[in-house]
Amino acid sequence: MNINKMTDHAGEWLRGSGPHHDIVISSRIRLARNIAGFPFVNRANVRQQHEVLALCHEHIVEQKLDDDVLWIDLRDSPQLDRELLVERHLISKQHAGSNNELPRAVAVGVDETFAIMINEEDHLRMQVLRSGLQLTEAFSHINHLDDVLESKLNYAYSQRFGYLTACPTNVGTGIRVSVMLHLPALKLTGEIEKVRRAARDMHLAVRGLFGEGSEAIGDLYQISNQSTLGKSEMEILADFETTVVPQIIAYEKQARQALLQQRPEQLDDKIYRALAILKHARMMGTEEVLQLLSHLRLGVNLGRINKIDMKTVNDLFLLTQPAHLQRITGRSMDPVERRAERAAMIRARLKGCEL
Amino acid sequence: MDSYCVGSWSGRLTIQCGDGGAEKGTALVKRKCDKCDKAATHHSVEIINGEKIEKHLCDQHAAEEGISIKTVQAPINELLSNFVKLQGGQPEEVDQGDESVTGPTADASEMEVKAGFACPECGLTFAQFREKSLLGCPECYKAFERQLCSLLERAHEGGVHHIGKVPVRAGADENRQSQLMRMRKRLDEAVNSEDYELAARLRDDIRTFEESAE
Repeated sequence: MNINKMTDHAGEWLRGSGPHHDIVISSRIRLARNIAGFPFVNRANVRQQHEVLALCHEHIVEQKLDDDVLWIDLRDSPQLDRELLVERHLISKQHAGSNNELPRAVAVGVDETFAIMINEEDHLRMQVLRSGLQLTEAFSHINHLDDVLESKLNYAYSQRFGYLTACPTNVGTGIRVSVMLHLPALKLTGEIEKVRRAARDMHLAVRGLFGEGSEAIGDLYQISNQSTLGKSEMEILADFETTVVPQIIAYEKQARQALLQQRPEQLDDKIYRALAILKHARMMGTEEVLQLLSHLRLGVNLGRINKIDMKTVNDLFLLTQPAHLQRITGRSMDPVERRAERAAMIRARLKGCEL
Repeated sequence: MDSYCVGSWSGRLTIQCGDGGAEKGTALVKRKCDKCDKAATHHSVEIINGEKIEKHLCDQHAAEEGISIKTVQAPINELLSNFVKLQGGQPEEVDQGDESVTGPTADASEMEVKAGFACPECGLTFAQFREKSLLGCPECYKAFERQLCSLLERAHEGGVHHIGKVPVRAGADENRQSQLMRMRKRLDEAVNSEDYELAARLRDDIRTFEESAE
């Protein structure tokens, strides 16, 4: 497995093959863990951070945690590679960082279905990603990874507080369940605020494409649990899989039907304007593309546009991001060049699609 | 040239002009929502091709128009930092109108005294925790247990005890974890003082100690 091979296609989670993939883009589960006997990362000195890194390398790579693991030492990685990993949701922006002195790495599994960040806010932040709504499968995978590592590493744990984490908001199970949802119809009908309010009432966080602090661009919303203490992993999962996500899916479907029945001309206008701009524009910014792709995706899902498959649309969501664009073209570009290159790439990919 | 300005009620609005100039001082009187009887909280003035279009909407209708969509919910870390700041005696940074955010004010003076109190293991003070919302080591959970409990209860919907997965490994024993922490600290000190003989001995001791847990 090689980071260069990542650029020409999207990861497994964006293939649009999972259950409810018309609305649920991906399911992600993250576990935060720390190794006993060391200070947390923010308080550990460089030597201790090196020791944590070496311990993790030993148990993840040398002892073959999985068949095919790509170990990326982020101190040695070019900035562009790190940005690429952020765009693929394999590391956080914080982990990509700019300080090349801090020992930190990421282990990426085959098909990018899992990634383990070492020395981010906690010693270990492992995550599993799946396409569509597949939380049970994602949990079963991450729980297995955790069991294997736990049999080799002493985790910092207290009977009262559970798995101990640097930030008390993660203590207990250390689990963060996140579902990325595409909700264009709820946005168009103005109903999205109700979903936000309902989610807030249920103590869930609603965030944008790139997690905490990011805007909900492209009508993509990430919903995740906030409580990690006093509830078991299974309870948290069940809340999502049986209550929260199915309800939001139902709301979005209702909104889509309402648009189809009550405002079909306006709906088609949005979709075809998006397609027209994507097919013909010469300069395009990232956010503009995400918003247009969102309308295009809605059009494909509702069968208003033929000749484009969902995979092409999903790929464009990822491949038009700045780092991907530069890796694909093989040269670094300033923002103006990127806007032109982005437009050219989209035109090429949508060539066969008639207006 | 088209230009627009969208702003929340503040009594006055500034209309930004496309050529860089600004028409200041457009006074607005408090008024009802354009679509219902509620008080308008969101005001916008758009100038399209010279024509001025004003909108005055309540929260609900502004949301429906896509004007007031709050893109990001206040992260829980904000709750945490507001809560901790309040306990440290800085209530001015907290929205006093929101009970769920302000939290209990008891023990504030005690907290202030405690702000200088440090975790005996990693040396993190409560004031430092208050600043970054990050603890320094597993022992901090014991050192700041009292303050943390009420904070955790708020951050985790009343949850104060872990329910869920338990590591099977014997090393999870808390006393052993503390001992391991102390051994590693001594090792670090030995390396710092370039006492490599002691460091090598301590490294072996740590390995033996860890293996005995398996």
